[in-house]
Amino acid sequence: MSFGTSIARLAAGGCLVVQPRMGFADPRRMRTGLIATRDADAITAGTITVDSYTRVGDDRSVHRALAAGENLNGYPIVGHGPAVTRAVLDGVAGPDFPVQVRHGSADPRHIVAAMIAAGLDATEGGPVSYCLPYSRMPLRQAVDNWAYTCELLAEVPAAHLETFGGCMMGQLCPPALLIALSVLEGLFFHQHGLRSMSFSYAQQTSPAQDDEAVAALARLVAELLPDVQTHLVVYTYMGVFPRTRSGASRLLAESARLAVRGGAARLIVKTTAEAFRIPTIAENVAALACAAAAARAEQPAEQGAGPATDTAIYAQARAIIDAVLETSTDVGKALVTSFARGYLDVPYCLHPDNAGRTRGCLDASGWLRWQRIGALPIRDSADLITGATMTSTELLTALSYMEKIYDAPILEGVHAR
Amino acid sequence: MALDIVVTSTSSDSHTWNLVFLQLLLEESGHRVISLGACVPDAVLLQTTQQRRPDLIVISSVNGHGRQDGLRVIRALRACPQLAATPVVIGGKLDTIGSEGDSADVDLIAAGFNGVFTDDVAAFRQYVELLARAGRDGRVGVG
Repeated sequence: MSFGTSIARLAAGGCLVVQPRMGFADPRRMRTGLIATRDADAITAGTITVDSYTRVGDDRSVHRALAAGENLNGYPIVGHGPAVTRAVLDGVAGPDFPVQVRHGSADPRHIVAAMIAAGLDATEGGPVSYCLPYSRMPLRQAVDNWAYTCELLAEVPAAHLETFGGCMMGQLCPPALLIALSVLEGLFFHQHGLRSMSFSYAQQTSPAQDDEAVAALARLVAELLPDVQTHLVVYTYMGVFPRTRSGASRLLAESARLAVRGGAARLIVKTTAEAFRIPTIAENVAALACAAAAARAEQPAEQGAGPATDTAIYAQARAIIDAVLETSTDVGKALVTSFARGYLDVPYCLHPDNAGRTRGCLDASGWLRWQRIGALPIRDSADLITGATMTSTELLTALSYMEKIYDAPILEGVHAR
Repeated sequence: MALDIVVTSTSSDSHTWNLVFLQLLLEESGHRVISLGACVPDAVLLQTTQQRRPDLIVISSVNGHGRQDGLRVIRALRACPQLAATPVVIGGKLDTIGSEGDSADVDLIAAGFNGVFTDDVAAFRQYVELLARAGRDGRVGVG
């Protein structure tokens, strides 16, 4: 059974499927991690996170590290080869425990080929979301790489691809642009043959704003990709994470509630170790159980009720998507042209193909707002915060906003609902 | 003295908030910064720094491969005659196990780094300040 169908089945009846980030160089440890994920007190999907040498195609460093017994920050799926990966998955992956490969590569052709050879059918990323934040590769080249990758993947029956567009930069990118990129990457996948996909959104700094954003994403997916098997996937906050166990757990629980309210089928969790290092298997298992418990205690938003607030997230995202699609019927070309013109412009992104004229910031109540919109086609609907751009100290304050709130015992409950 | 500084990640490190922060921090102190962004191949770093001959190279890594990547990069930098004496520092989260200030720092220093800063911005600022003062006295690059 394919990843997309498995998730749909596991999530039927309003269950939230929870999934870790997890990758180890040692195949035995990778298998142990997958088994522990499967057996956690939660409905789970498994993850094989690829190491960052494999991500950038540096096979020599992979082999050197494996030969020297050095640690890698993930599973070298290309270096180990399909037989080893099949052995890792044997008797573990299945319809009740779908496994996704996560990698972060602007050129994932070798990774996806290795994954398919090992019998896996699901991965994630996108031509923009895995190029701009994470590489120096020209966007045009990443678009070509991803077109090839999608077509390779589309040859596998019911193969599933998740866009990472809703997670760009992790923080300080206003939701409208996250959603627009998520949907645009989905349209790109569709153009290159995929019919099962998921749409990401990373928890930001305000639960009410996040509710509005997830609702806007669901609406746009339904409008623009009606013939596709889809689900939404929420990511627990990806910015600077609370350092206390209680703060980290509460932020994780808040993201699980966001996912349930918004009708997402899947949640990618973070752990109590996040502020310090790559989490252990046990820390991941604890995070999965914590998220599942929070999810069980939350109710989905009423069908058709719409978000409680409307700060024009949908309108801005729709305006951006429409402007991009007007530049070309080829979505890949439209993405490249739109970044060149600044119709797409990601705040704080250092990539040479990003115009770098936009800025996001937090307002006094923790909403993520636009400070500068550059040439983004949202002048009609954007409510700008004006003022001098951030200093390094103000940047750190904004980046650590959630850490401060969730690590402060005196404010316990402020973000709870 | 205002320094010309190159801020860079390593070839395998895709994180950039650390770079955004460092650029703002150094620019606020009046220094001129070129940020090379995410996943900078060794060849790009070598080429850029050989051309520009900066007063300081700052390598920032938080993906857990910093020690391995740092050791490789510093040997390559030190092997270039033009960069043999250029101050080069590294900082961030340098391994996957969260160790700090242990013997591995000694290895990085022995390999040619002028400073190792794990999550210690104050010490890093102090280092840059001293370097800027030394530069004013005409001693940049000597130590």
